[in-house]
Amino acid sequence: MTAIYILWLRQLKRFIRKKTSIVGALGQPIIFLLAIGFGFGPVYAKAGAGNYIQFLAPGIIVMSVLFTSIFTGLEIIWDKQFGFLKETFVAPVSRFEILLGKTLGGATVAMIQGILVFLISLVAGFRPHLASLPLAFLFLCLVAILASALGAAIAARLDDMQGFPLIFNFLVQPLFYLSGAIFPIKNLPSVLDVITRINPFSYGVDGLRGAFSGVYVFSPLLSLGVLFGVSILILAVGAYQFSKVQL
Amino acid sequence: MNIIEIKNITKKYGDFTAVNDISFDVKKGEVFAFLGPNGAGKTTTIKMLTTLLRPTAGEILLNGHNVMENPHQTRKSFGIVFQDPSLDNELTSYENMQFHAILYGLKKEVYEKRIVDLLNLVELYDRKDAYVKNFSGGMKRRLEIARGLLHSPTVLFLDEPTIGLDPQTRNHIWTYINNLNKKENVTIFFTTHHMEEVERIAQRVAIIDHGKILIIGTIEEIIQKAGAKNLEEAFITLTGSTIREEEVNVGKNQMRISNKLMR
Repeated sequence: MTAIYILWLRQLKRFIRKKTSIVGALGQPIIFLLAIGFGFGPVYAKAGAGNYIQFLAPGIIVMSVLFTSIFTGLEIIWDKQFGFLKETFVAPVSRFEILLGKTLGGATVAMIQGILVFLISLVAGFRPHLASLPLAFLFLCLVAILASALGAAIAARLDDMQGFPLIFNFLVQPLFYLSGAIFPIKNLPSVLDVITRINPFSYGVDGLRGAFSGVYVFSPLLSLGVLFGVSILILAVGAYQFSKVQL
Repeated sequence: MNIIEIKNITKKYGDFTAVNDISFDVKKGEVFAFLGPNGAGKTTTIKMLTTLLRPTAGEILLNGHNVMENPHQTRKSFGIVFQDPSLDNELTSYENMQFHAILYGLKKEVYEKRIVDLLNLVELYDRKDAYVKNFSGGMKRRLEIARGLLHSPTVLFLDEPTIGLDPQTRNHIWTYINNLNKKENVTIFFTTHHMEEVERIAQRVAIIDHGKILIIGTIEEIIQKAGAKNLEEAFITLTGSTIREEEVNVGKNQMRISNKLMR
């Protein structure tokens, strides 16, 4: 347990010390809120769907948590390159504990980033139901853990950052854009409908949006179940990948 | 008493045999030098001894623990200074030490005192709250040695600990290591390409090449058997004078080189 704690603490310290990257990571969500939020707002309202910022804000919060989590998980590649992972691997700690410490550290960091984006969205005019904040927090936590474990599992297989564009463009971006974060997932063309339904992050976006607005597409219990189940699955895959790493 | 017993270990990467059926023992309290040209199998052997790599065949006992079957007990028994730097540059020297202490399950009252003692030993106490990224190569090495000793290991592995350091720092480092061995009876297992370092400190030497142990014994025995004037000459006589290219893990090796340059 203490090993998990110190791994978690290290991630947190590294994050807090990189002030420029915290601010930098806020750039993209701000642009999304401004350009897409206010840009598509009038069209969305004309379609009779109401206030687009109200719809978009939860999606942008999930985006920020998803990106930060996966990138923090991928930081394991740096630990490999700069030798620090060897120091962790020769310690009397199981690989699974290392994976858990990393995952929880990455998830915590992403939650901080997500909460910052939430506060910014309030400035942009987002008005959530505050009574369901705890439920929203739970959804966001699960999204963070799932994405962070995913990043760590991928990082276990990579030796350098050369595969990064591939991961970003063919995994991270589709997971976000095809999650219903920026458009409603009702009445979609059937291909898109299937894709959004098998994307676990759709359930995170919908759960968070539902917690804030009271309107769900999927039942919140189903969403929690999917996020929880997929997290366990990815952690199991990650644990296997970690056990195979030879330095 | 033997602190390390290596029995017929082999490591293969596909068709390539990095370490080919080697066996030898290291005695408790000994200073043991493990020599060989680049790519001879030194680092692969150390990685197998320290649970980072699984041998393809064979058995290793370290401090009485079977390395493959009982990795956690083995890990508590040794400290290691890797060939490449392995500190977290974004943390301070104290935080790097504390991370290690907690990872090894040391109690707070134990590690707080021990970190202070060890930082004093390697003359870094006044830099305890400085970020490691601002350290010179020599300071990083000293910190890594202190860190390797934090959990009071019985064996300390040092894989080319003086690479890229100036003579002053090298001299300091070997003085610490020698003191440790004398005062605390820590077994030292090290590799280096500097033969004068071996002559200065080692009690026994093994020379490995192409994954095979060529010779093992005291410095005098090796010089005598090779019919040479000194250890350097004996080393070249035994391993030949051609320059080696490391063929395994080209990518990783490239990384190793760039890490060295960046240090």
